[in-house]
Amino acid sequence: MLLEVKDINVHYGKIQALHGVSLEVDQGEIVTLIGANGAGKTTTLRTISGIRSLSSGSISFDGRDISKVPGHKRVIAGIGQAPEGRGVFPGMTVHENLLMGAYARKGELDKDLAEVYELFPRLAERRTQLGGTMSGGEQQMVAIGRALMTKPKVLLLDEPSMGLAPMLVAQIFEIVKEINRRGTTVLLIEQNASQALQIAHRAYILETGRIVKSAPASELLNDPAVQAAYLGAGLEH
Amino acid sequence: MIKNRVSGVFDTIHDTWAGLPGWQRWIVYAALFVLALALPSLPISSFMSPHVSWGDVLFFPIGVYILLALGLNIVVGKAGLLDLGFVAFFAIGAYHIAYIGTQTEWNFWAILPIAVLMAAVSGIILGAPTLRLRGDYLAIVTLGFGEIVRITAVNTEAIGGTNGIAGIPHPPSVEGVVFFGHEIFKYGLLDSRPYYYLLVLLCAIVIILTVRWDHSRVGRAWAAIREDEDAAEVMGVPTYKFKLLAFATGAAIGGATGVFWAGKVISIVPQDFPFMLSATILAAVVLGGSGNIPGVMLGAFLVAWLPERFRGFAEYRILVFGAVLVLMMALRPEGLIPSRQRKAELKAGTGGMGSLGAEVGGPDSVEAAEVAK
Repeated sequence: MLLEVKDINVHYGKIQALHGVSLEVDQGEIVTLIGANGAGKTTTLRTISGIRSLSSGSISFDGRDISKVPGHKRVIAGIGQAPEGRGVFPGMTVHENLLMGAYARKGELDKDLAEVYELFPRLAERRTQLGGTMSGGEQQMVAIGRALMTKPKVLLLDEPSMGLAPMLVAQIFEIVKEINRRGTTVLLIEQNASQALQIAHRAYILETGRIVKSAPASELLNDPAVQAAYLGAGLEH
Repeated sequence: MIKNRVSGVFDTIHDTWAGLPGWQRWIVYAALFVLALALPSLPISSFMSPHVSWGDVLFFPIGVYILLALGLNIVVGKAGLLDLGFVAFFAIGAYHIAYIGTQTEWNFWAILPIAVLMAAVSGIILGAPTLRLRGDYLAIVTLGFGEIVRITAVNTEAIGGTNGIAGIPHPPSVEGVVFFGHEIFKYGLLDSRPYYYLLVLLCAIVIILTVRWDHSRVGRAWAAIREDEDAAEVMGVPTYKFKLLAFATGAAIGGATGVFWAGKVISIVPQDFPFMLSATILAAVVLGGSGNIPGVMLGAFLVAWLPERFRGFAEYRILVFGAVLVLMMALRPEGLIPSRQRKAELKAGTGGMGSLGAEVGGPDSVEAAEVAK
């Protein structure tokens, strides 16, 4: 198992945000974690990437317990993240943003930069534009490209579809699929359940800080209860 | 709009400047350095400072404020950490030279590195527990630290209590070096100019250091932390370590300034280090253009010089000064000479200082745009 989250509890002060969440991500998979606003999806992701600390439970990555490892060292271990709300550095150019992704590692970057620019031709055109002046979709591309520059074994994506037009969402999901096809494992957090379930292999459903269901994605797509709660069954969209 | 035209002019100047070959820029730097040294001797004192001696004003407040602003700029402008207690490090530097200088026979120059080191260490001591806090919370804790240092000085008899310490040693004089028609290395009581030259030298060192760091991994790490701390961490930047480094560096500069200042004024009391001084230096940094060295220096110069220049207005000068600051922040919140990077950060509502720590985006931020949809 590449990434194994075991029974983690996370608190914000006295408020418990996660109640014994467990999930697993295997090498080469796309796993999605879906749930409503405030279910604890982002908290789960931030705990995995080390920005939040956990009260109990454990996270192991690549066979090693990383529960107490600070965030910047988890990056070196191979956990790359495109944070919620994109988190692009607004005062840096697209190119500088991508270079920040390679901050913690040494060696040749040209090949990786070329690959990111090939995945996102739009970014190649806007290399010298400041991150803060780009559109939402472009910022999302920068955030994903920047995370790829950390050379992750697993890529954590936090709601890449947030605030984007449907066309762009489809495009971003296509790229996520392509990234996975090229060998990077993906853990995808989404509110946009139908899109996420279509590209994922497996899925977890999170409700008020608890995992309430886990199954292959295709199975959940056809599950009437899931359709009613997350896919807006019966509604046109 | 005038506002845009002004920033346009600054951007053009900046681009032309950045396009110049290195040696041409160094000539300008050298010329500016010489100009700074010549300032007290230029025939401008009757305009610049009609009420007090121009040489004195150049040393304090102008020189001291500029140095403090350069130090605070590393904390606030570079790393984006809002520090409201910066005066504490100025005080710690001053008290170290005062205490060691009066208790021992040590030379001024021997005490200087000790005082600077102690200031840096106190920066780390303050930073280690508090830098896990952010924005407003960090600001409140640093504000408290500034007050704690002052109140401790008031209540500690060993360092003079409210009477402070008198008889602080001057730097040792080297007599007979005459330049611009006066002794430039004679550190006496009356002539401020030799002390001012020391500040100019220290300024040059600080600027060179800051610029060199800015173009290194350190500068990139600070920029990332300032713009989005969580994103910086998930890029593999050890954010905590770099925040501590910024705090310690800023503290060391503040401490060094305190040493030079105390070496000139001979006696210090706790009341020399009020919260107002922290606030004024922060105002200088923000007014000038947080993060941009020429901007910060201009801001500090104005904040120091204007009240002295208009001493004639007596108590109204502070009122006018306050009004000018408010006006400035309304018309040009990014500061007089902001960096282009800073402007982009402000638009996005980040940069630590951009929202003064509050996690609320500006009117044209991404979040606001999304809410408007």
